[in-house]
Amino acid sequence: MNETALIIETVIKAVIGLAVIAGMGAFATFIERKVLAFMQRRLGPMHVGPYGLLQLAADGIKLFTKEDIIPQNVVKPIFILAPVVGVTSAFVAIAAVPYFPQFTLFGYTIHPIISDINVGLLFVMGAASVGMYGPLLAGLSSHNKWALLGGARAVIQLLSFEVVSGLSILAPLMMIGSLSLIDINDFQIGGITNWLVWKQPLAFVLFAIAGFAETNRTPFDLIEFEAEIVSGYATEYSGMRWGLFFVGEYANMITISALVSIIFMGGYNPLWIIPGAIMMLLKVSFWIFLFLWVRAAWPHVRPDQLMWVCWKVLMPLALINILITGIVLV
Amino acid sequence: MFELIAFYTFSILVIGMFGIVVFSKNALYSMTALAGGMIFISGFYFLLGADFLGVVQIVVYTGAVMAVYAFGMMFFDTTRDIKENIKFKKIIYTLSLLSAMFIIFILLAPVYSFRVEALYPTIKGVGNIQMIGLILFTKYLVPFELAAIMLLAAMIAGIVLVKVKMEETPSNIEVAKGEK
Repeated sequence: MNETALIIETVIKAVIGLAVIAGMGAFATFIERKVLAFMQRRLGPMHVGPYGLLQLAADGIKLFTKEDIIPQNVVKPIFILAPVVGVTSAFVAIAAVPYFPQFTLFGYTIHPIISDINVGLLFVMGAASVGMYGPLLAGLSSHNKWALLGGARAVIQLLSFEVVSGLSILAPLMMIGSLSLIDINDFQIGGITNWLVWKQPLAFVLFAIAGFAETNRTPFDLIEFEAEIVSGYATEYSGMRWGLFFVGEYANMITISALVSIIFMGGYNPLWIIPGAIMMLLKVSFWIFLFLWVRAAWPHVRPDQLMWVCWKVLMPLALINILITGIVLV
Repeated sequence: MFELIAFYTFSILVIGMFGIVVFSKNALYSMTALAGGMIFISGFYFLLGADFLGVVQIVVYTGAVMAVYAFGMMFFDTTRDIKENIKFKKIIYTLSLLSAMFIIFILLAPVYSFRVEALYPTIKGVGNIQMIGLILFTKYLVPFELAAIMLLAAMIAGIVLVKVKMEETPSNIEVAKGEK
């Protein structure tokens, strides 16, 4: 009976998590247009609803009702599968992320984490990197040269950032001694001075850069860069299939923001008079804003520049950081 | 009960996926099924409580199969079926069936006769990573270090092989062509 209760609880949590993250992802697209417009001295969407707020609903209706086009020479099953892989892996990754501290509702303690496995961090990173299969499969199955180039770039992107993101979080993990995100959060209890970002500034910067590459955000959005390869892997996609890729991308952005907040910026510990849950929301919002800010402020890099910076600059830095951390710990 | 359902679901998925890998004539189907099968195998690790190994299975094979995709992209038109050049179908099928059964027999015979037990049963309260670390750095230290040295040698060999062209970034190549 206990097992059944656990299953039901998990299913409810999963459905809530899915709905909330998908909703936040959709809202992030609106925020993105508004923030970019603000930084470029435009107004952004203004016509639908107050301050263009209902633009979101209009976009949703458009995506859902568009004709679903599957071009003639594509490999149909893989073409259909690709966006599903992208969005599924993004949502599987959030299963091990604790977003809020535990709370009590109707006398029943709720842990706001879908599955607390003791290698949570690795699981999130692994599931998120499976997400790169979405663009890759889309590129290979589309029978389109731009899409194929996008797929090829997805491969080198994965092979570049994976090393940096893995090595950079190794140093903080050596200090904490656990891969569970809840342990990592509890390690930083007690004020701003206990945040890991002060003890591991280099790892923090490296992980943030790798996070940008992992979510295909601007300095590294080379797999769908309009000026070079039309729309990259998504060239042949339209309607909701195209929309799924972007729900996945924004879900990934939220996951990475939550990861950085938990590992380096104190997680959901309360600060001064601000309760933990609000702190977490503020930090995630700040990171989403940073993603948009960077998009407005920085140009793109070329694929060879990405590989160069990842393998020749960031990876040695990460290794030196691990070495120094090891010497200090011993 | 749920464990049983999960086990059979994952078994069917894994066998189905690897079946596609072998029988499909399209390189893209095969590679995708390979990636899927490798990821579904991690489900068994999670069911057995070996979370760490399960996650490592996902992380390692994501990158590894990704490299296979890169080769597939270079060698094949992945949207077309590949013409297979098999002349003696009956002999090939008979031999592969026999060798598969032979391998299954070799692996299952000791399991069936000795009722194999775990050498290092899981201890409650000790994490996956700690247990793997303990065993790797005590009993299996020498093989572990040997494997590390082998990988290092392979890495250095790989770097030496491509080192000649390492400084030729696309911009450098164009400059060199312009000078000629």
